[in-house]
Amino acid sequence: MTGNRERFGLALIAIALIALPFVLAMAGTAWVRITNFAVLFVLLSLGLNIVVGFAGLLDLGYVAFYAVGAYVYALLASPHFGLHLPFWIILPIGATVACCAGVILGAPTLRLRGDYLAIVTLGFGEIVRIFMNNLSSPLNLTNGPKGINRIDSFQLGPLNFSTNDTIAGLIFSGPIKYYYFLMLVLLAVIVINRRLQDSRIGRAWVAIREDEIAAKASGINTRNIKLLAFAMGASFGGIAGGMFAALQTFVSPESFVLNESIMVLSMVVLGGMGNIWGVIAGAVLLSFVPELLRYTVEPTQMALFGKVLIDPEVLRMLIFGLALVLTMRFRPAGLWPETRHRREMNENRA
Amino acid sequence: MDTLLQQIINGLTTGSVYAVVALGYTMVYGVIQLINFAHGEVVMIGAMVAFSVITSLAGSNLPPLVIVLAGVLAAIPSCMVMGYLLERVAYRPLRHAPRLAPLITAIGMSIILQHLALLAWGRNPLAFPQIIDNHIFGIGGAAISSVQIAIILLSLTMMAGLSWFVYRTRFGIAIRATAENVHVAGLMGVNANRVIAATFVIGAGLGAVAGAMYGSYYGIAHYTMGFNLGLKAFSAAVLGGIGNIAGAMLGGILLGLVEALGTGYIGELTDLCTWPIAHGALAEQCADGGNFVLFGSNYQDVFAFLMLILVLVFRPSGLLGERVSERA
Repeated sequence: MTGNRERFGLALIAIALIALPFVLAMAGTAWVRITNFAVLFVLLSLGLNIVVGFAGLLDLGYVAFYAVGAYVYALLASPHFGLHLPFWIILPIGATVACCAGVILGAPTLRLRGDYLAIVTLGFGEIVRIFMNNLSSPLNLTNGPKGINRIDSFQLGPLNFSTNDTIAGLIFSGPIKYYYFLMLVLLAVIVINRRLQDSRIGRAWVAIREDEIAAKASGINTRNIKLLAFAMGASFGGIAGGMFAALQTFVSPESFVLNESIMVLSMVVLGGMGNIWGVIAGAVLLSFVPELLRYTVEPTQMALFGKVLIDPEVLRMLIFGLALVLTMRFRPAGLWPETRHRREMNENRA
Repeated sequence: MDTLLQQIINGLTTGSVYAVVALGYTMVYGVIQLINFAHGEVVMIGAMVAFSVITSLAGSNLPPLVIVLAGVLAAIPSCMVMGYLLERVAYRPLRHAPRLAPLITAIGMSIILQHLALLAWGRNPLAFPQIIDNHIFGIGGAAISSVQIAIILLSLTMMAGLSWFVYRTRFGIAIRATAENVHVAGLMGVNANRVIAATFVIGAGLGAVAGAMYGSYYGIAHYTMGFNLGLKAFSAAVLGGIGNIAGAMLGGILLGLVEALGTGYIGELTDLCTWPIAHGALAEQCADGGNFVLFGSNYQDVFAFLMLILVLVFRPSGLLGERVSERA
């Protein structure tokens, strides 16, 4: 299947991605950090894509699983409880806990119709956040709104992810090490996603998305298959959350508000629900555009009007909102839609 | 003591605001089976407009009641226009699209409205001017303020008015016919587009009043207030059985009561010192009148969501529910 040209292209992309952090580091370590968070969002979007894109279940509380993963990491690797487990133990724990949360939420609610499910998941996300905000008394579990800080960085043998190492004349700063780690995880997630999509389970998800009754009639156990989508999406969210906590070395409930869920959803929808490459592109686009806006909006406004009229953060949200509306209006299947999805979306439009 | 009575009064007040907002969700849902996700933001805009008008008139010599009335009367048409635009921009073009599409445009619209409000009214909470002398009456050990009385009475009037409109007028019949079956209603000469737009506009008008009431009750308006209020009102609509007008009213009031009573009593109920399990370190903590409260009143917002989830799980059609089963 894969031609020589395609292989060559992939090799080029791989080389570019390997060289990327050093190029970015020249512009400033901040850009490497920004890229790391973008990769984190790609991971999140790929997780949500399983739920929304593959199985067609609208989850508006996805950030709850991200939060669970982050808090699991924060509690097990910080001075808060005095625990300092290594990351390769915590990440699987975080994924498992998030997965359980997904099953707990999914089991009773998955028989609900799409829009009800959306609202229930939204409510669930809020409940998780409220609990994180308030579980500081009587026993101090989450340290409340103040959050947990001084979270451990990744440590693999002698390799510490928070310090600089010089190997063969190249400076591997902390963010660069995280970048490579995130890329490895991303690669694994992409491979898993691709395999899933073409598997029996993946086809069952699509069948449920297209027509649940027909899927049931064809012998698919719709409840279990939907639950599986939920659990898998949740575990990916949990892993991403754990890495977020380590990257940021600080977590607080404020990072897990509804807007984050909506952001990830926008990435999935804008890129093209169900299409892995589309989702990745959507996530990269929506992660970098705000950063670029941050650097361009203020100077442009200063030049044009002599003062900052619109706060970049507000403008960013306005653009998001507009993007959601316009995408649904003119390209309901996203910018890079999955072929099957595109057909379905166009057929249904009268 | 009369915590009970007091919480019932408070619950009735917030409950009637929820009920009025819930009507907006339920009417739209009844007609086109879509959750108007941006309804909460319309309510917020209503509160904001009322705030602006009341604040700008507060210095004048007009009687306070006239000022408040002017605020509400300015909010209603603004919100109605907003509701109409919402329908035209976010819903009508997508009426035949898959279910997820209009929900996502609605989320987009609600983000846009929220941030436009942020631009117009700023990031900080706005203190609603208390220009009417808020008299407090005592009944049986509990207190009820004139604002609370006004909110409850106004809500009841609006609900009665809406019921009359929907069940007793020609246009109301058209709305109910459309809710029953759009195509057949169309054959009977009902202009479905007009009916659908009308439900958005009526819902938005009610929402405007609700926003103003909510703002004056809590004394605060904020650009994010629509989200929580909308979510709770939606829970109320689901609780009563979405699509059912009487259900939305019942659901709203019930939700307000549950929330108020829950917030009032959860601290006492989850105080481990009152449980017969106190020993060891716990007993020491409890010894001199101490307590060990698991969940305090800061969990207020959890009740609505928990209730929503429980209702959807155990009685998905709501208390006075109509059909909510999966439609092919």
